[in-house]
Amino acid sequence: MIVLFSTPLFTTYEVTGYDVGDYATDFSLKNVDGKMVSLADYKDTKGFIISFTCNTCPYAVMYEQRIIDLDKKYAPQGYPVIAINPNDAKQNPGDAFDKMAERATDKNYPFPYLIDESQDVTKRFGATNTPHMYILQKENDQYRVAYIGTIDNNPKSAEQASKHYIDDAMKALLSGQEVEVSKTKAVGCTIKWKSAS
Amino acid sequence: MNKYFAFIVLIFLSTLNGIGQTIEVIGVEDMENLIREETGRTRVINFWATWCRPCIEELPYFEAINQSPDYKNFEVILISLDFVEDLDSKVKTFADKKNIKSTIKLLDNVDYNSWIDKVDPSWSGAIPATLVVNSRFDRRNFFEKQFEGNELENMLKDFESELNQTNK
Repeated sequence: MIVLFSTPLFTTYEVTGYDVGDYATDFSLKNVDGKMVSLADYKDTKGFIISFTCNTCPYAVMYEQRIIDLDKKYAPQGYPVIAINPNDAKQNPGDAFDKMAERATDKNYPFPYLIDESQDVTKRFGATNTPHMYILQKENDQYRVAYIGTIDNNPKSAEQASKHYIDDAMKALLSGQEVEVSKTKAVGCTIKWKSAS
Repeated sequence: MNKYFAFIVLIFLSTLNGIGQTIEVIGVEDMENLIREETGRTRVINFWATWCRPCIEELPYFEAINQSPDYKNFEVILISLDFVEDLDSKVKTFADKKNIKSTIKLLDNVDYNSWIDKVDPSWSGAIPATLVVNSRFDRRNFFEKQFEGNELENMLKDFESELNQTNK
């Protein structure tokens, strides 16, 4: 997965995100409650379900309840959800920090909802769309990327989905097996990158 | 007389429903055929949706190509990834309001991972995305980006000149 972007100082260059099997670097991002959140803050987890998502994308909205349900199902089994909003608020005012806080309260998010203001974490992961999911598996003190992609194969309805990629991956991970389908494409809205200038 | 009356009523109803284009709902095989078919022209297949702002912003460029005599070797097809339930309420309404002249088709298949690689293996799934394809000469180019300014025009000019070079 390649994301192209340019800055005024450099010519266009490429940033490649994580692939399955890579190790993710920890981050520190601001949660809607104002506190900073890092992976290292979680002492007793086996891993994480990271969700690049936002308030405004229709796909993120359609998957919102499913992301909440993932946390309810897998946090008790050692894989809590951490949601990260990657969108530039200038481009999408509905994804501004105060709107995120409103959304998290309204929907009673059981997980942190972090803002990636610099978009550095998003670029490091290589997320391109919302919602874009990453399962991280803790190995000693490292975070191995075990799955990248979408939640299931029907954005309209969880009930009508015939493939449950995250559930299948979690089932494998929790029983110590290899994840069979470890990479899918996440269809959704393009991440709204800051303009270069 | 009755027939004549029915005709008038039909005309009246069709104005009420909007006089824009009919939007065909297609499946994955139809889409593959659109890519594969060897018509004399190069197909410019744009994937978009009414909820996708950057898609809407770049639509005028595609409309311009579709209507310009300079680009008569190109055929613009706009494939909407809106849900089929929204065909009338959103896609048709949008197309009529904006008076879209390019052919619009709605791809009714939300199992994206089953078909996205058939468009292009490099496609992440984000829209807008555009496939420029000429199957007769086995040339294609895929863009996962929003076109701005003269980018679409210039890209198509380049595509055409490469096509002409290879077929000299």
